[in-house]
Amino acid sequence: MPQSFDIALVKRGRDLAALGNCNDCHTIRGGKSFAGGLPVPTPFGTIYSSNITPDADTGIGRWSEAAFRRAMRSGVNRDGQHLYPTFPYDHFTNVTDEDDQALYAYLMTRPAVHAPAPANRLSFPLDQRFVVAGWKLLFFRRGTYQPDSTQSAEWNRGAYLVEGLAHCGSCHTPRNALGAERASAQFAGGDVDNWDAYAINSRSPSPVPWDTAALFSYLRQGWHPDHGVARGPMAEVVSNLSSVDESDVHAIAVYMTSVFGPPTPDRIRRGEEVLAKAKSPAVPSSEAGAAGASIYAAACATCHETARPLPYGGVNLGLSTALSGPDPRNAANIILSGIRPVEGERSPIMPGFANSMTDDQVSALLNYLRSRFSNQPAWTGVEKTVEDARRTQTVFLQTSPGPDNAPADPMQRDKP
Amino acid sequence: MTTLKVNGHDHQIDADPDTPLLYVLRDDIKLNAAKFGCGLGQCGACTVIVDGKAVLSCVTPLLLLEGKQVTTLEGLGTVDAPAPIQRAFMEEQAAQCGYCIAGMMMRAQALLQRNSRPTDEQIRAELEPHLCRCGTHMRILRAVHRAAKLMDTAELSTTTQGSAQ
Repeated sequence: MPQSFDIALVKRGRDLAALGNCNDCHTIRGGKSFAGGLPVPTPFGTIYSSNITPDADTGIGRWSEAAFRRAMRSGVNRDGQHLYPTFPYDHFTNVTDEDDQALYAYLMTRPAVHAPAPANRLSFPLDQRFVVAGWKLLFFRRGTYQPDSTQSAEWNRGAYLVEGLAHCGSCHTPRNALGAERASAQFAGGDVDNWDAYAINSRSPSPVPWDTAALFSYLRQGWHPDHGVARGPMAEVVSNLSSVDESDVHAIAVYMTSVFGPPTPDRIRRGEEVLAKAKSPAVPSSEAGAAGASIYAAACATCHETARPLPYGGVNLGLSTALSGPDPRNAANIILSGIRPVEGERSPIMPGFANSMTDDQVSALLNYLRSRFSNQPAWTGVEKTVEDARRTQTVFLQTSPGPDNAPADPMQRDKP
Repeated sequence: MTTLKVNGHDHQIDADPDTPLLYVLRDDIKLNAAKFGCGLGQCGACTVIVDGKAVLSCVTPLLLLEGKQVTTLEGLGTVDAPAPIQRAFMEEQAAQCGYCIAGMMMRAQALLQRNSRPTDEQIRAELEPHLCRCGTHMRILRAVHRAAKLMDTAELSTTTQGSAQ
């Protein structure tokens, strides 16, 4: 039973779906949009994303708008079963009825794809959906976003998006042993697909403190000269954000600036130091001769120490959050896998070194980069991290749909 | 002096450990199949095989190659006795200017060594790091499929394909 929807509503739903990053989990690499099937590894087992195309048998074709709204609001499917919280209804509960209506209109007008989701691989008792009822009792607070009247309309718009549909905390907030976001540590940094989703509050490891202008430009175009290029799961997020209304991205930046809070004088000074250093010509390392130093000089510096500007040149590694972050996962991932170019678009690119470097060599490089480019203590467990990164990135890169438009510079599209 | 194993032979190389493999191959050993394209690991023209895997030789310094086996296009076959991958590229006339082709053949060879019957999609994904400005992409695809078939039937012949293992 085909339904008709107002075209403006569908268009609004499209932008909301992009803000919600829905395609990222509900599409598999090489698969049809929103047809699901993406394996989401969790500490409890693997959960496959569902088909949210309007296919009657395998998608949401038989779902009424009320059923869709209930799923968003309460994490219950059409049959009344509890949904696993990998579907972030702990955030989506904040989405207004009007926005749910637009999302529904958008999804119900996508091409229907017949694609049954593979069975989840969870162990008992987690394979029993009633267990989720207990989880909800403990951790789930149903309710819509309540505006803060002491803040600006833009701040409130940003907060509504960040806490709701954009569900930033799903990756950037650490989870407890039962997989729920720790309310007391909101935005203190979490995990996704073996990437460290950095702390985006006062504990941010970014060498240069973020401000509204930098956040806006990073979220909108996928990179910022003082911070580098978005990659890993964040590349897909900014790819979506480059396609929505600019004012929504700005609202997110305004709200997040207040979440980061004003940087301490120490952080400001450190930021100015690394920026000054990045602009001055490179000083040869005193540790030259160490294996890591030589690998850096030969394999990395050709891009990362030239004046070629971002996003096509490499960021000066003194500005790299990956090297100042709490663990070496992101740096290991990027060294091994590089940055894949976006098909048919201008985009940043970095070759991966998985085929040319052994785990020992990557470890030596990471240890050197940490000591040269950050003011943080040496990482521990680097060898193990590299081993894990080599294994998991293979899986991530095969299943993740990847960004489908260029985060590099949307303004440059269609230019020679 | 560093010992570098290329196409089954040991070479004594007098070069700084941070010298890119590409320069050593072209300047010291005079193996010119691998090409200099961008020097930044972004075009694929310099691709060779190291221990069975495709590697961008322009961003691979000598010091990473200790104890490893390097294979270049010259190590696969000769003009008189081309390897299946070379024969296939010739038979499909897959080269126009040819600058990217040596790199393409090396990555295709590495692919075929671990997957003897790749699909179109797998070949496209594998060759993604390679740029070709002439636009013989469809012929390159056909050539890789042809090479797969040739390798199946060439098991009995004595090509030098084995040296890339």
